[in-house]
Amino acid sequence: MRFILLTLALFASLAAGLAATPARADTFEDLVAKLPDGKYKQRGEVIEAIAATGDARAVQILEFLGAGELYQMKADGVIVRVVKEGRDSIAYDIYTAEKIGEVGRRDATKIKVNNSLRRLIRDSVGALTLRAPDPALRLAAAETILKNPDPGQIEALDAAIAAETDAEVKQAFTEARAAAVLASDAAAKEKIAAIRIVAERGDAEALAVITPLASAEEASVASAAKDAIASIESARAVWDQAQNVWYGISLGSVLMLAAIGLAISFGVMGVINMAHGELVMLGAYTTFVVQEVIRNHAPGLFDWSLLIAAPLAFLVAGAVGVAIERGVCRWLYGRALETLLATWGVSLILQQTVRSLFGPTNQEVGNPSWMSGSFEVGQLAVTWNRLWIIVFALVVFGVLLAILKQTPAGLQMRAVTQNRRMADAMGVKTGWVDALTFGLGAGVGGLAGVALSQIDNVSPNLGQGYIVDSFMVVVFGGVGNLWGAFAGAFSLGVLNKFLEPYAGAVLAKILILVFIILFIQKRPRGLFALKGRAVEQ
Amino acid sequence: MLARAFDRGTVLFLVILAIAVVLVPLGNLAMEPGSAAYLPSYAVSLLGKYLCYAILALSVDLIWGYCGILSLGHGAFFALGGYAMGMHLMREIGDRGVYANPELPDFMVFLNWKELPWYWWGFDIFPFAVVMALFVPGLLAFVFGWFAFRSRVTGVYLSIITQAMTYALLLAFFRNEMGFGGNNGLTDFKDVLGFSLQDDGTRAGLFILSGICLGVFYILCRVIVTSRLGKVLVAVRDAESRTRFLGYRVEYYKLFVFTLSAMMAGVAGALYTPQVGIINPGEFSPANSIEIVIWVAIGGRGTLAGAALGAVLVNAAKTLFTGWFPEIWLFALGALFIAVTLFLPKGVLGLFARKRRRRTTPPLPGDIPETAPDLSREMPSGAQPKPAE
Repeated sequence: MRFILLTLALFASLAAGLAATPARADTFEDLVAKLPDGKYKQRGEVIEAIAATGDARAVQILEFLGAGELYQMKADGVIVRVVKEGRDSIAYDIYTAEKIGEVGRRDATKIKVNNSLRRLIRDSVGALTLRAPDPALRLAAAETILKNPDPGQIEALDAAIAAETDAEVKQAFTEARAAAVLASDAAAKEKIAAIRIVAERGDAEALAVITPLASAEEASVASAAKDAIASIESARAVWDQAQNVWYGISLGSVLMLAAIGLAISFGVMGVINMAHGELVMLGAYTTFVVQEVIRNHAPGLFDWSLLIAAPLAFLVAGAVGVAIERGVCRWLYGRALETLLATWGVSLILQQTVRSLFGPTNQEVGNPSWMSGSFEVGQLAVTWNRLWIIVFALVVFGVLLAILKQTPAGLQMRAVTQNRRMADAMGVKTGWVDALTFGLGAGVGGLAGVALSQIDNVSPNLGQGYIVDSFMVVVFGGVGNLWGAFAGAFSLGVLNKFLEPYAGAVLAKILILVFIILFIQKRPRGLFALKGRAVEQ
Repeated sequence: MLARAFDRGTVLFLVILAIAVVLVPLGNLAMEPGSAAYLPSYAVSLLGKYLCYAILALSVDLIWGYCGILSLGHGAFFALGGYAMGMHLMREIGDRGVYANPELPDFMVFLNWKELPWYWWGFDIFPFAVVMALFVPGLLAFVFGWFAFRSRVTGVYLSIITQAMTYALLLAFFRNEMGFGGNNGLTDFKDVLGFSLQDDGTRAGLFILSGICLGVFYILCRVIVTSRLGKVLVAVRDAESRTRFLGYRVEYYKLFVFTLSAMMAGVAGALYTPQVGIINPGEFSPANSIEIVIWVAIGGRGTLAGAALGAVLVNAAKTLFTGWFPEIWLFALGALFIAVTLFLPKGVLGLFARKRRRRTTPPLPGDIPETAPDLSREMPSGAQPKPAE
């Protein structure tokens, strides 16, 4: 009889060995069931046993236990997690997290823990997460240890490093171990080696770990720490500059979008369109309207809202642009300054129209899911919306360049830019080219509005904030050449962001304006001046 | 030469101005409140403000109407003059401020400053403040013009960088660290030269002073535009390169008239501050400067008297409209911009002048030729933005 039982048990364990999990799960659940038994000492042994199973569920259950949320039901002895929600205590299944129901105070007994048990739980959880099957969890565990180094975890880390196969995680463990060593009272030599390891990271956390050691008692450790701090800081300075360049490029792309439409119409017709900022604003409002319609009628399309809004914004702004050209500018040819004043009048009317229709307050335009969030490159935080706007700006620039260089309409535009009368004599319909150019420039302004709606407040004053900057870009870059706007926008954007940390945002802008005023003295026609034989009069 | 400056229109303008300068204070001071001819005190200050704007418009007309320089930053000179006077008025407050600090204006006490910055020294002396109201805008215009005109920055480019100039100053004056009161500007003035600014008498006095200044500047401008210098200015406006080829140092003429105009704007600002009771960075905003240009355009560019008239008309309309239906004002202003540039290139005064000219004599030297051969109109080469015409 006994033999049979033994054989059965052997078979059972064999089967368990083949199926692995169920057998383990049984043991694990049995162990958990033992938690309420006995005194603290016995409970400690059970906790260690649970941790030793390495089961994926162990971490969570131990955390519940540490937080004092585990209870044993008096009726059937089942262990549940009890969470207070308002006045009620709700019981949950510890494995499936399913809601079991309300429990009264008398229905369940708490599984108590004391301080030494809590410490045991914390260490076990630390060690367990270090061995978690998911590499992301292990990385997170290493980060946690790095931020709060605990000398008691060195052994666990050693074991984890030995067992680790993922190179990235292993590196993180090594750094965490080094941080733990630095927090311990290890020998100076060991600490110096640890400083080197942590310093390799070169980020703010490494700095936080090393900085206290600069005042360490051992001179060798202190000097090693100081060297490490210096090298980390110089590395971080490089990253800061990279960040500035990134911000500058981001600002530059926005400036370019806003200015490039202006540059086209300025280049061809020699008139400044003061209403350009309002065309940008119209583009942003088109985006807003599109999103409103989508929200109310087809919420599923929300991620596509910008792709739908972009062509619409181009058409809306372009149509208004053509209307301005046909209605106002056409009558003022050759009188650039009068055109400037008349288009200013148009801008006032557009602004007030939008204010009357939509109200003076900011409208909410949402980011589609693919434009929100960010990721990191080294120590550089890159937000998706900025990145997409840069891509968008470059695409718009490329398309415009192609239109100007590759299409017959572009050829005619360039001809009119270079010599209006000669182009006229060659049969180019200059009036038609003017309307087309103005419409194209205005449409690009509308596209800029779509992009700006993602990073700025959409209000009737949106255009005003960018119009002076766009003028600066056009004047700085020179007209009649798209590359002028490109170079102008990005150099002003980067310059601005480089000045900001030293001078502050406002002073940086003032310095830029002064720089442009001085620059214009040197090159009155901008960076990329159009060369030709045309005399002013 | 003087006889030429005082033609019929000029005399008419001066007479109307003189009548206003006499009647307005009389209506306020000599009449009983409640009588039909009584002018309330706020109206005196309001009209005084219009006169300051008229001086400002005159200064813009001098450079735009007669020299073709379209400054979109003239509000900056006006505001600088206003700040110079405002600084004096702040010092006059003395220890009557909220913090009762005899040495520092309230906002400096608030910012925890310990001593007066060096650029505030001397502003407790009235004549010094007046000189500064002339000198600071003049100096800025001189330096700015020196660079701009010598490198032949003209037309739209010049307009844009003047706008950049006033925008930069706007941002600068918004900063608290500048020591000009930041966002709030300078306000809470008590008195000037011992006269309370709340007194009807002081208000009337300031109104009369504004009227006199307008008259004096008007005569000065007339003298300039009817002199040989004025003819060269008109030549620069109509054909800058040709004038240069004829041997005139165009940039010096421009520099002179630009600096003079900035100083006039500074005086206008200095008269404006005590009558309105506040000067803040908003005066530097580019939109304000563009509005000045439209006063001139509406009144009649290149007519001087028209500029003054335009300033008064537009601002009176603004006061009425913003009171009645504030929604419509921007529409109206925008429509004015478009309508005037499209249909009234010579402004309101141009309408009268044209009617009168039919009956009388050849055009005056200061007039913008209506049908003259305008080369740029025929060949607007886009890459080379034209100066005004």
